[in-house]
Amino acid sequence: MNPKPSEHLLHALHAHQQQHRFVSDQAICDIASRLNLPRAQVEAVTEFYSFFHRNPRGRFDLLFSTCTSCGDLSLQQALCEKLGINAGETRGDGLVSIGEASCIGMCDHGASLLINGLPLHSLDSERIGKIAELIEAETALEAWPAEWFKIDDHIHRADLLLQEPLESGAALRVVEAEGADAALEKIRFSDLRGRGGAGFSTAQKWQFCREAEGESRYVICNADEGEPGTFKDRVLLTSYADAVFEGMALCARIINAKQGYIYLRGEYRYLLESLEAALATRREVGLLGSSILGIDGFDFDIAIVVGAGAYICGEESALIESLEEKCGNPRIRPPFPVTSGYMGKPTVVNNVETLAAAAGIVIHGERWFRGAGTWQSRGTKILSVSGDCAKPGIYEYPFGITIQDILNQCGAENTQAVQIGGPSGSLIGPSKFDHHIAFEDLATGGSFMIFDSSRDLLEIIHNFTNFFAHESCGFCTPCRVGTTLLKNGMDKVCSGHGTAHDLDELKATAALVSRRSHCGLGVTAPNPIRDGLKHFPELFEARLLHQEMEPEFNLDASLEEARQLTHRDDAEAHL
Amino acid sequence: MTPVKKREAYTVSKVRVATTSLAGCFGCHMSFLDMDERIVGLLEHVEFSRSPINDIKHCEPCDIGLIEGALCNADNVHVLKEFRENCKIVIAVGACAINGGVPAMRNHFTLQECLEEAFLDEIGVDNPHIPNDVEIPLLLSKVHPIHEVVKVDYYLPGCPPSADAFLKILTDLLEGKEPSLPKEMLHYD
Amino acid sequence: MNKTIKIDGVEIPFKEGQTIMDAALAADIYIPHLCHKPGLSPHGSCKLCTVDVNGRAASSCTMPAAEGQEIENDTPALNEVRKTITQMLFIEGNHLCPSCEKTGDCTLQAIGYHLGMLDGHFPQFYPRREVDASHPTLVLDRDRCIMCELCVRASRECDGKNVFAISGRGTKRHLIVNSPTGRLADSDIELDDLAAHICPVGAILIKDHGYEVPIGRRTFDLHSVAETDLDEVILTKARHHDEGDDSGEKEGGVYGV
Repeated sequence: MNPKPSEHLLHALHAHQQQHRFVSDQAICDIASRLNLPRAQVEAVTEFYSFFHRNPRGRFDLLFSTCTSCGDLSLQQALCEKLGINAGETRGDGLVSIGEASCIGMCDHGASLLINGLPLHSLDSERIGKIAELIEAETALEAWPAEWFKIDDHIHRADLLLQEPLESGAALRVVEAEGADAALEKIRFSDLRGRGGAGFSTAQKWQFCREAEGESRYVICNADEGEPGTFKDRVLLTSYADAVFEGMALCARIINAKQGYIYLRGEYRYLLESLEAALATRREVGLLGSSILGIDGFDFDIAIVVGAGAYICGEESALIESLEEKCGNPRIRPPFPVTSGYMGKPTVVNNVETLAAAAGIVIHGERWFRGAGTWQSRGTKILSVSGDCAKPGIYEYPFGITIQDILNQCGAENTQAVQIGGPSGSLIGPSKFDHHIAFEDLATGGSFMIFDSSRDLLEIIHNFTNFFAHESCGFCTPCRVGTTLLKNGMDKVCSGHGTAHDLDELKATAALVSRRSHCGLGVTAPNPIRDGLKHFPELFEARLLHQEMEPEFNLDASLEEARQLTHRDDAEAHL
Repeated sequence: MTPVKKREAYTVSKVRVATTSLAGCFGCHMSFLDMDERIVGLLEHVEFSRSPINDIKHCEPCDIGLIEGALCNADNVHVLKEFRENCKIVIAVGACAINGGVPAMRNHFTLQECLEEAFLDEIGVDNPHIPNDVEIPLLLSKVHPIHEVVKVDYYLPGCPPSADAFLKILTDLLEGKEPSLPKEMLHYD
Repeated sequence: MNKTIKIDGVEIPFKEGQTIMDAALAADIYIPHLCHKPGLSPHGSCKLCTVDVNGRAASSCTMPAAEGQEIENDTPALNEVRKTITQMLFIEGNHLCPSCEKTGDCTLQAIGYHLGMLDGHFPQFYPRREVDASHPTLVLDRDRCIMCELCVRASRECDGKNVFAISGRGTKRHLIVNSPTGRLADSDIELDDLAAHICPVGAILIKDHGYEVPIGRRTFDLHSVAETDLDEVILTKARHHDEGDDSGEKEGGVYGV
């Protein structure tokens, strides 16, 4: 492995922070010299990823999810008040700090937070009260109620992939019996398309990589499931991890790779131990390592690299940059990873679900897979259903299922809107509930967020817009500046200070960001606003002031600092 | 934008122009006056309402308002709003009105730092205190360009814009044309 | 047979491996750009060189030229997009031209002139960014940095050093210095380095040489950015000419590197 897991910059920074609760200037110098990296690279990486901190965090470090499905910032406020602390700060005694994180993938478990990296779910005001007490008493996390941390799969509908676990090594034995070419043909005939959402043909991707020039090749499993409202990879990696490893080894055998990586999002770090154990088991039984299945020359191993809070690293080239111990800036494409990926070598990057499906296809045959789904979208799709419904959780359906069918089965009532594919996907209203989950209709990486009529949809759009401004890597101008302009525009409209002019501005900026950005993040970041304006214009209009122009900042608030410094509060001291 | 006046209407009534300097150095006004004798020709078609040139204190209903300087205090905001309410066309003149300019350099510091430096800590300060007389307009926490508070119809950049640029934009408006600056008159310094 | 692409209806040749920008500059066609510099690896971050290739948006500095491309470049709609992007660059930093020594020699400003930009359009961000004046001969004023990473690449690719890097994410992105203290004085940058001179704005300035050329007689007071950027290519060609290729013909100007 290159580099060794413990020497990966992200891991070194994490380990340091575990011990010291932040990354100091001195630590940056020390880590840089120990890993033989430029100091500026270590500093840049530290400041790029949300989970690394340049100022000391509390011994209890809490990050509340900001997701519309697994977050509730009113609970954050309640805890802040109980602990006498402001959000975003560390308490003076160093006991506790409270901050925010983008969706932590706990959308089927209610309001959640990360405490020292561990997800704690089902938050309500009662639980917040208990948390405050446990923190004040400095009770070690091990002594907190175990059920607060117990995470369920919540599989409500299983189909091809989730019905029965694959037999370990079965796909590799089929490849051994039938040959790599035949296995690739099976995947080709199955019409398997990438499950991350973009839907590129898996067989074609593997074929390109296989044919690309290079002495070494890599398989990367993209487990950076960051799209708000998505948690199906969490479940796959919890209960079906071996099928994912099988898919990676299968891919390695077909493209002739010796090394694979799982890029695991930092929010799922708690899965690391069980994943490592499962990898160790595969090594013990000869399904990883040297001479897999006793076949001379079939050498392949998998290492896990854990991210640190950066949605952009779900973009495959940003993910590769992150694997290479750099900031997660998306690369220029072309060249694509299949020809120039990790370390400049041909690389396949596949979604967790894609790899598991590929293993299933090779074992059960392409008909098993082709038989389900639609003509252009074969097979099944695992959906993470969350939001306003009776039974949030995992639903595996053949492609082609309608939105209304899903809403019926998960117990959703009075549904105002559904966000398909997360904030980067589509926001639809009831008039489109007869549409289908499919690449040719409503594509999704798995996120399915339901909003009933009690929700303020404009605030949902506002939330998503904030998310993109927070997650933009800032590489290109339109996305770096534009996502913040969109956020500021939504702040203004949602606070009741927007005018028709501000909506026009939002539309124009959204169009530019969407068309001129460098990567998919910028291209899709304006979707919530654009869909909102298209399908729910009345929500925006109801919030507008009917005047030509409203200042871009609060004039009276802008005098507050001066009022305090001069101790004035007369009529002239206000605007 | 509707034309101010058609050329044939010149003789009937003059176009009323108001000018002011908010947080600025009056350099734009000085540059305006640099049009020298050409101002005489301009005055055949133009009369001035509120302006430092004639010391009228309040803006009356006008056709064109030329605004130099950024917004740095409450009084600036009042004057700007008065101009917007009274002028059919508002033109942001110069770097300060357009992006804050030199006054915006104080945005590097908090207001507290600025006031303490000026009134408490500076060498030679007698009776150190932050002035709090109600006659003194309070400072905004940050300096802002004027388009963040009112709608601006046209922009005339430069520090200052040249007399030629002033003349060009006014002549265009007087002739009922959409004002435009030739490339050689466009500069930000 | 020469391979060709079409830019605004004009057919121009390209060589395999050239980007649209390479081919355009070689054919004396100007595509506005800030983060691109012939000789340094393409970056594609400023997005001023955005064009429409067969109807799809692409950065011309990174998009390989390919047979059959019909490219829109100098159109009112695209120049309007570029003007908006330029305005974004202006309002996200503190670009107060009258107080900047680079005025008149600043490519960002010149792009603004080229595109007829009169104002910043958007509300100003007015970020607070650090100035590093520690170095005896150089000053780093991050207020004016536009994240083009020309200095980052020049240091790495031409100077054989690694003086600069970009840190942080989103609007918190900022230029950092690779030295034990993070200060320029403690880095290995030297006055002769390309990285010390390549900044297109006033973020990296040479000390003790301010206002040697009066305002009004500076590069972009006398030339448009289209002229200087195209001449720069001619300079590059002339350099190749010095190295033995005798196709260069025109004398270079005083600007650029």
